[in-house]
Amino acid sequence: MSILDKHKILETNATLLLVCSFLVVTIGGLVQITPLFYLENTIEKVEGMRPYTPLELAGREVYIREGCYVCHSQMIRPMRDEVERYGHYSLAAESMYDRPFQWGSKRTGPDLARVGGRYSDEWHADHLRDPQAVVPESVMPKYGFLEETRIDGKYIGEVMATNAMLGTPYTEEMIAQAQADFRAQADPDSDYDGLLERYGEDINVRNFDGQPGVSEADALIAYLQMLGTLVDFSTFTPDASR
Amino acid sequence: MRLRHQGHGQNMPPGRKIRGVQAKGRKMSNYIKLIALGLVTLFAMIGTNYARDLAYQVHAVIVMIVAGGLFLYTLRQTGEPVPATAAHPQNEYFDSVIRAGTIATAFWGVVGFLVGTFIAFQLAFPSLNFEWAEGLANFGRLRPLHTSAVIFAFGGNALIATSFYVVQRTCAARLWGGNLAWFVFWGYQLFIVLAATGYLFGSTQSKEYAEPEWHVDLWLTIVWVAYLAVFLGTVIKRKEPHIYVANWFYLAFIVTVAMLHVVNNMTIPVSIWGSKSVIVWPGVQDAMIQWWYGHNAVGFFLTAGFLGMMYYFIPKQAERPVFSYKLSIIHFWALIFLYIWAGPHHLHYTALPDWASTLGMVMSVILWMPSWGGMINGLMTLSGAWDKLRTDPVIRMMVISVGFYGMSTFEGPMMSIRAVNSLSHYTDWTIGHVHSGALGWNGMITFGALYYLVPVLWKRERLYSLSLVSWHFWLATIGIVLYAASMWVTGIMEGLMWREVDANGFLVNSFADTVAAKFPMYVVRGLGGVMFLAGAIIMCYNLWMTVRKAPAKEASLTAPVPAE
Repeated sequence: MSILDKHKILETNATLLLVCSFLVVTIGGLVQITPLFYLENTIEKVEGMRPYTPLELAGREVYIREGCYVCHSQMIRPMRDEVERYGHYSLAAESMYDRPFQWGSKRTGPDLARVGGRYSDEWHADHLRDPQAVVPESVMPKYGFLEETRIDGKYIGEVMATNAMLGTPYTEEMIAQAQADFRAQADPDSDYDGLLERYGEDINVRNFDGQPGVSEADALIAYLQMLGTLVDFSTFTPDASR
Repeated sequence: MRLRHQGHGQNMPPGRKIRGVQAKGRKMSNYIKLIALGLVTLFAMIGTNYARDLAYQVHAVIVMIVAGGLFLYTLRQTGEPVPATAAHPQNEYFDSVIRAGTIATAFWGVVGFLVGTFIAFQLAFPSLNFEWAEGLANFGRLRPLHTSAVIFAFGGNALIATSFYVVQRTCAARLWGGNLAWFVFWGYQLFIVLAATGYLFGSTQSKEYAEPEWHVDLWLTIVWVAYLAVFLGTVIKRKEPHIYVANWFYLAFIVTVAMLHVVNNMTIPVSIWGSKSVIVWPGVQDAMIQWWYGHNAVGFFLTAGFLGMMYYFIPKQAERPVFSYKLSIIHFWALIFLYIWAGPHHLHYTALPDWASTLGMVMSVILWMPSWGGMINGLMTLSGAWDKLRTDPVIRMMVISVGFYGMSTFEGPMMSIRAVNSLSHYTDWTIGHVHSGALGWNGMITFGALYYLVPVLWKRERLYSLSLVSWHFWLATIGIVLYAASMWVTGIMEGLMWREVDANGFLVNSFADTVAAKFPMYVVRGLGGVMFLAGAIIMCYNLWMTVRKAPAKEASLTAPVPAE
């Protein structure tokens, strides 16, 4: 085994061992990751995708902070039972503005990729307050404090600006109006024409938690209620070679 | 092959440098230290004031206290005469930091197991998500606390401590960099505290096993570079011509984890006064990079590093040379090359393009071979010493850990096959798989290493009680069996229940039905956790009593032995 005898060279030179190990461990990542940035069919061409509104983005922050991804996936696989249970399988395009992605890895609770519009706002508010009151079998913790925590969206414009810097299509106007849009979406009596103009006519403008003021529950429910509702599947044709 | 480090390099360089030069250098470095610590304290004070979120504020206060305390300490030391006898004679091994490391390993281990057991019961009895602690101790916040505590606090401290021990013994050299090793140790503990408080107070970037936010990531990067410097520096100044196999694994682990950590945590902070940041990679690319990181946290943190442990402590405890030198070369290079490809098997049937997940699956199955190469090399090291299994519970612990390693590195490739994964993904089966690896392999080999290290480091003749080691062994083993078996049952059951359709093609079970069906197994899993935790507490008692009560080694044996 003469080739193994040559291993002495590596075994007696620490720097060489370090460099060779490093080169060997870079290969897999380079081959698997870099093509995803330039292969054109990685992200499907679909209609309907838009960036999150300020309130939805704030709700997404609550979702992340509370570790919802630990028990809820947002990735429907194309198997029959999953499509039956949760709806059309998830597309890469649907998470193109997600930083970080929220696909999850575990379903202690059901998938949430298309939970938007499935339940009423009241159901969500009740369910967050006391999950077992709505679903007796549930093992989900209570999140009553969310509706008691008021938020003002003071910094949400900066979060949007950072996202815009990385390529999410937030316009300067969207960023400038972030706090106003944030308030408008949770208050159906407000003047929300600007919000609809900037983000689209289908934006949900409601008092999501049914209580005065904007709470974290408002933001979270606004986020949940839009999940999976953006893409127009009547115009979507799958790419078999993907 | 003989253990190459045995009996070589008996002569260490005589220490005792010229005192005057040292004192001057120390004074100078003290001034630099004071300036740096002062600036950090000031910055942390400003951060406490301007903090945008609670977690950041808590972190700023912790940093302020630590840096301020060090500032005062350094200030008081400046101008003091340097003690006549240096604290660490240069002709001895640097073992004080390793003693601290073994204590930290045991401590964080118990913390991590305790949190794990608690959240296991939270899943069985949701009322344990106490209403008075809703925004602090719900499952979603405690779960990252548990995973980080066991992987990074327990596992990480075990890796740092054992690597510092092994690299000195196998290189016949004192740790390079002087007190840099202490910086690595305390810097790493600070990272753990920042990460843990971050989770509780709501700072996370939601990337599994990489949850800490940007400022904690930056700190870990600094500590990790120092760790690499200490380790590599010691290897470079070794007295042995060859680098021992354990050190290849440790070195590959340190450098790969650095790469994974930096790439997976590429974020832009929204503000320097808040913990929120935005990751550079969006959606599908982020998913791929996350699981490239996530699987190799397993592959390098929990496998390569721990194989380094195996390659030192099993031969030492069994008093036999490593089984095959050639096998160790082949399986080392094959393992580090292949592991890095395995990530996409976490993303079967997702929106990740099929070519990537197929590639990940193929490489994961091939990975089975080098993994078992390591297992064979570890187990066969006992050739001619199998009788020790009857008499030495420590070696029994090490052997069963390699057994669990072999089992979970078979189960893993099997679960990475797309057809199996379609059933197992999203279910408790994955959780069971991870725990048979983490509790069985990482836990048991670490316990074995601790049982080996404590008598050596505290210069005791033997452990306080071998029968307590046996108790630990059986409690832990039965605990793991309960854990793994209950998760196999729930995992496969819920996978089948989700996909069950009746004769008319309608789904039979609602999601809530599957949750209810899992309850008894969740209780069994929790009991398994209690047993594992009880074993670890018995270990702590045994190690404590070893330090306190076990007879000291004969004086002639306490003289510094450079290479062992």
